[in-house]
Amino acid sequence: MRVNKYWSVAVLALLVLVLPRFVPSYAAFELTFVGAYAIGILGLVILTGTNGQISLGHGAFFGIGGYAVAILAQKLGVPFWASVPLAAIVSGILGLGLGLVALRLEGVYLALATFALAVATPSTLKHFKSLTGGSQGLAVPSLSPPGPLHGVITSEQWLYYVTWVIAGALFLLTSIALGGRLGRALRAIRDNEVAAISFGVNPQRYKTFAFGWSAAYAGIAGAIVAIATGFVSPDTYTVALSLALVTGAVLGGIDTLWGALLGGVIVEFLPLLVQKINPAAPSVVYGIALVLFMIFLPGGIARSIQAVIHPLRLRREIHHARS
Amino acid sequence: MHVRNRPLAATLAACFALSLGVGAFAPAAADEPGITPTEILLGGLHPYSGPASAYGAIGKGILAYFAYVNDKGGVNGRKITYKDLDDAYSPPQAVQLTKQLVEQDKVFAMFDTLGTPSNLAIRQYLNDNGVPQLYVATGASTWGSDGAKYPWTIGWQPDYQSEAIVYARYLLKEAPNAKIGVLMQNDDYGEDYLTGLKTGLGSKSGNIVKVATYEVTDASVASQVASLKAAGADTFFVFATPKFSIQALVAAAQQSWHPRTFFNSVSASATILGAATKAGGEDATKGLITTQYLKDPSEPSWADDAGMKQYREILAKYAPGADPNNGFFAYGVSIAFTMVDTLKRAGKNPTRKAVMDIANHLHETDNFLVLPGIVVETTPKDRFPIDQQRLARYDGTHFVPFGEIYAGRGRGR
Amino acid sequence: MNELAQQIVSGLATGSIYASMALALVLIYRSMGVINFAQGEMAMFSTYLAWQFAQQGMPLWIAFPLTIAIAFAGAVALERVVVRPVERAAPLTVVILCLGLLITFNGLAGWIWGYTVRTFPSPFPTTPLHIGSAAFSSQDLGIIAVSLLSLGAISLFFGKTKLGLAMRAAALYPESSRVLGVRVGWMLALGWGMAAAVGALSGLMVAPVVLLEPNMMQGILVYAFAAAVLGGIDSPVGAVVGGLALGVGLNLIGAYVPVIGTDLQLTTAFGIIIVILLFRPAGLFGRRTMRRV
Repeated sequence: MRVNKYWSVAVLALLVLVLPRFVPSYAAFELTFVGAYAIGILGLVILTGTNGQISLGHGAFFGIGGYAVAILAQKLGVPFWASVPLAAIVSGILGLGLGLVALRLEGVYLALATFALAVATPSTLKHFKSLTGGSQGLAVPSLSPPGPLHGVITSEQWLYYVTWVIAGALFLLTSIALGGRLGRALRAIRDNEVAAISFGVNPQRYKTFAFGWSAAYAGIAGAIVAIATGFVSPDTYTVALSLALVTGAVLGGIDTLWGALLGGVIVEFLPLLVQKINPAAPSVVYGIALVLFMIFLPGGIARSIQAVIHPLRLRREIHHARS
Repeated sequence: MHVRNRPLAATLAACFALSLGVGAFAPAAADEPGITPTEILLGGLHPYSGPASAYGAIGKGILAYFAYVNDKGGVNGRKITYKDLDDAYSPPQAVQLTKQLVEQDKVFAMFDTLGTPSNLAIRQYLNDNGVPQLYVATGASTWGSDGAKYPWTIGWQPDYQSEAIVYARYLLKEAPNAKIGVLMQNDDYGEDYLTGLKTGLGSKSGNIVKVATYEVTDASVASQVASLKAAGADTFFVFATPKFSIQALVAAAQQSWHPRTFFNSVSASATILGAATKAGGEDATKGLITTQYLKDPSEPSWADDAGMKQYREILAKYAPGADPNNGFFAYGVSIAFTMVDTLKRAGKNPTRKAVMDIANHLHETDNFLVLPGIVVETTPKDRFPIDQQRLARYDGTHFVPFGEIYAGRGRGR
Repeated sequence: MNELAQQIVSGLATGSIYASMALALVLIYRSMGVINFAQGEMAMFSTYLAWQFAQQGMPLWIAFPLTIAIAFAGAVALERVVVRPVERAAPLTVVILCLGLLITFNGLAGWIWGYTVRTFPSPFPTTPLHIGSAAFSSQDLGIIAVSLLSLGAISLFFGKTKLGLAMRAAALYPESSRVLGVRVGWMLALGWGMAAAVGALSGLMVAPVVLLEPNMMQGILVYAFAAAVLGGIDSPVGAVVGGLALGVGLNLIGAYVPVIGTDLQLTTAFGIIIVILLFRPAGLFGRRTMRRV
């Protein structure tokens, strides 16, 4: 089974590496967004899937990441290799703050509070006009390939590779962290907080940390989206973004890493797909799809695929063991 | 090779040379993206979902007019196809869809892309790649004023700043010491209006005693109106979208506040004011001043106008079910007229550069939905196609135009 | 002084809009322990139905009750068909389901009726009324009156009727109630139906003021949440008091605290939600629940 996991990751990595050769530049551009959303949703996998805290407001951290990069670039001329980590740090710290507040909330109350955060984000961004440019927004300089690669690949392809390298690194990091003690503690808190305490796990620390960690990822994702778009404005970070992230996470599979990847694909391409199905009322199709998924496939796509593959694998192992 | 037949050889050589020459000078229509022998492909972005979806009607108006033109043979023998996508008013979506339209669908130009944030987001890319961003559907002034930096981008409607300048000029003549209260939507739309008002008032911008803002998520603006009244304003500027404009007028009437009121053109249709009258009584809307540049389809005095009749026929045939009284449809038809006009002038083999040139040298006098006397006109120095407007006063049922046609951005008129 | 009075009166008017929607939210919470994010859109959709009836010529005194009845029946059906499979699922699943309903109803309304802003017929005359120099409309008064009447009816129902008791039991102690013969599933459906009816009533009352369009309830929803949390998420009285207090409070802050002003109202609402949930989660009138280890 181990071998299978490494193989599938290797195939994926190869695919990511080679894809820009075969797809047009704008498609690589869209796949960059997939990568960014996947990173953001990975944060939700940590926070909600593994640790059980619902957040309907992660779009706010996207916004903080995006604006951090924009402001640092515009006002201080900070290059991206510095401003993206800074964006992660700022979002992470604010996430820790929210995490502290969230300690006192759970379930629907937390959903409600984070929903209100998401709704309030655009007007808060608009308010601090001198910093954020108000409703006019801020332009974000584009990311050009470094010297030696100039002319060999386009800016879009460079951004694509940078994004997926970051995504790969973060997924790897997360996989290791969640596979060990940290993951066990987070899961224990999710499944039965009271029992976890009796095992010596300090829920306050882990829950707050999970919030900060997931917010940092969302900040990175927001920074990438801002660089790709070349522009940030309050309208980019409406409640629709937060809801799309959670929806993508749940449809993909909220508690698996593959789910985060699928979630990225869903957030990016589902609206386009739905427009093709019914150009007159795409949101109706989208909404009904959500409802049906929650009734029939609440574990998301990743879990459903696993549910199919797992018995097959098991059967094969038993067969091997017998023979 | 032995050339036996000299005249034949000469002819062949001449043909060859000619074809080279022709190939070099004739704009290769086949090479120009979006142009095929039978079709011109244009791309567009409108919000068909989300809070700004009311503006989607503009896209529908455009499609109706293009269908009408196509039925009559198209433009110089080519049909116009308008690929209009939903960007949900989101800049990242706008950028991705634009790249798709330009690189996959290979549109000839972007036309009537809607919303200031989306247009700001795609402007750099389009200009970097020499793709015309024609007649954008927003009144932000930057499309015209930043023409030097972004030569491939051009607006169409009178920009909000110039509209406010027109109000300011009129007010300075009528009541130079008026105390002004402003209600504005808290975004670039409202801000542009306010900037224009201050510019137009010049040294008298101190006359503004209070500016109150509202958000589109607010349930009511009664509180803002109360603040303005309490600040002692006797002149009220409403820079709001239709829903909040109605609420503002009703609130003012309820609070027994009857200032001289100016009402921005986006919200100034007879339908909207009729709604305000129904909800707030006659007091709410009588004597309102606004500007106009298009004929308002909900205004009964245009009922017998040939242009208005043509508009209604087009909608009835090509957009059945659309409410012709909705001003957004009229906007769509009118701006599509300018687009078709531009393409026609580009001739048999339009190129992007040629079309952009024409857009910078417009002189359109026959747009059948634009008010008589207003000319859609540009020069390389003046890249605001429509900047003339007419003041009009609402008398309870109609808009009665008065005064002359103002040019908001002084072109000496 | 005049302005202060006007701000307060206008605040009560806007607050009553929040209160009427908050009542519906509280009802759902009491019956099922969930916060239905789709409540506003369902109310908006019902309001459009009423508008359609009025357009066909139906008099208001028939159209309104008919709409409320349809909202009730529709929500019961919705609960039995769509919500029932997830009744006992994780909170996140229910939240996403409600979001799906939100998106569906919003899209459906836009598809059927378009996005143009429309006026909505009101049973009340438009002449303004006055308290001193502060003005408001009879519509505003109507909203408050209807909210108070609904509040009274709801309190009576839960407090004094057998069915109300059964509903409360089903929500708090589903297993024990089942043993005692309470049809728990149908109690939940009834809760949805009642919440939708109250929501529809809210929509009918506020549409003349906020004007009819598919997105009319979206801003109000967040304020209604804040009102419900402020008043106590399981207290109908709290919903009304919370709504009125929120309306007045936001107006006063907007008018007299320039640092916050009118553009941070949503942020203030968010702040209120956070502060209340942190320090007094039961709100003003709610019941405090304790978790026993």
